[in-house]
Amino acid sequence: MCFVKILIKICEIFIGGQLFFMGKILDNYVEYVESKSPKTGWFNSLLHAFLIGGAICSLGQMVGDIIKAFNPMMDIQMVGTWSSIFIIALTIVLTALGVFDRIAKVGGAGTFVPISGFANSIASCAIEYKKEGLVFGVGSKMFFVAGPVLVNGVAYSLIVGIVYFIISLF
Amino acid sequence: MKKIGKSTFEFEKDIFVKGAFSLVSSKEAEGVLGKYFSEVLEDDTLGEKTFEKAERAMHTLAIKKILKQQELLESEVDLLVSGDLMNQLVTSNFSAREFDIPFLGVYSACSSFTESLLIAGTFISAGAAKNTISIAGSHFSSAERQYRNPLEFGNQRQTYSQWTVTGMGATHLSLIGSNEMPRIKKVTVGKVTDYGIKDIANMGAAMATAASRTLLDYFQDTKTLPTDYDLIATGDLGKLGSDILKDLMIEEGFPLGQNYTDCGHMIYSSLQNSFQGGSGAGASAVVFNSYIYEKLKKGEFKKVLLVATGALMSVTTNQQGDTIPCVAHLVMFEGGKC
Repeated sequence: MCFVKILIKICEIFIGGQLFFMGKILDNYVEYVESKSPKTGWFNSLLHAFLIGGAICSLGQMVGDIIKAFNPMMDIQMVGTWSSIFIIALTIVLTALGVFDRIAKVGGAGTFVPISGFANSIASCAIEYKKEGLVFGVGSKMFFVAGPVLVNGVAYSLIVGIVYFIISLF
Repeated sequence: MKKIGKSTFEFEKDIFVKGAFSLVSSKEAEGVLGKYFSEVLEDDTLGEKTFEKAERAMHTLAIKKILKQQELLESEVDLLVSGDLMNQLVTSNFSAREFDIPFLGVYSACSSFTESLLIAGTFISAGAAKNTISIAGSHFSSAERQYRNPLEFGNQRQTYSQWTVTGMGATHLSLIGSNEMPRIKKVTVGKVTDYGIKDIANMGAAMATAASRTLLDYFQDTKTLPTDYDLIATGDLGKLGSDILKDLMIEEGFPLGQNYTDCGHMIYSSLQNSFQGGSGAGASAVVFNSYIYEKLKKGEFKKVLLVATGALMSVTTNQQGDTIPCVAHLVMFEGGKC
């Protein structure tokens, strides 16, 4: 019995949905809806994220290489900073033009995970909330989406720092 | 007006649906029902600086247009009942200040349109009003701002999400009319249901239970069957929600047949990338005031049930982990006699 259940579970992961639903619908409504709702195709999502995310990172690398070619004396960290600045600026321009959200619709995590996602989340909020004024609009809501990321990022790096410090004592 | 059964009310007088006006943006006009809409906006901002202002301007424009279409003076209208999705009902309230008409604002999310019809109908039936205007609508961009993320924020929508309709639908109900006109015969006031859905993107699934409850109440109260109607249209369940509703109605013993449709599902074509279909207070309002009204007027539909469904959550309740309560109000129309 257990073996059959595991087999069903594996099949469900592959087709991206629940295979069986039994019983009265309204008694187990949440599970029923879960089984009925269409799932995102995981292969396509991964492929799109890989291609678009890869393209963004390659673009960053290309910018870095070009800078390096023109200015071989530049510190490698400085080159990295300049490529990040380029990606951020490009994202902000594309966001303002209303193009970035279309790319992100396809790219998913591919556009969100690189620094472009962070830039877009701040730029889109700044554009959106400008209508409520510079102080209570842009000022207070610019980090509406990025804020939680920042807070969590700082909090977790603090924890990691403490753990690292304790480990390094021994 | 008398009560039949548990939650259905029958109007003793005929409530005539004298006129209908629908105003949509170009996206809706490109959909399947494009040719039925009264007016299409080229620019969905109407030249306003914010989308909230644009929605208000659309609302005001729709009321002005239906008054003009029906050759009504503001003083001849006894009641304006309107609804929208914005917090504190700002669209309805702000646009009402432009008119010299007694005003009631109603909110039951996407079922505001049928709620406004049944309230206006009740006033007429009581002999308190002769001419009323019912209007409801929504705007994609203002709804997106209020309920979801900034417009330019790049993220992927869930495959089961829906697209808020940008549109306004206004209906002129009257005590005076002729036999050729469609009329409202019965209404069922919905009960609020909640079966534990928390996902704000999956409102079709949450609202399907409310639609099934109201339809079930109506069929039991009136002792009729789904096959007795030419059209049974739900408001904005979308494709997924309508499939769930069909399953629920089979289980309850009132299976819905070919005469069942969903306003949100039918408004966009499958090429328009609107996922499960349209949603919002505008969905049922614009589809009724264009396609369904046309067909009722021509007598192609004799008996129609319009069941607009509304999800009654707010962003705050959702973030606090509450489930989504839903309601559906039903209005039964009879077509014009040819």
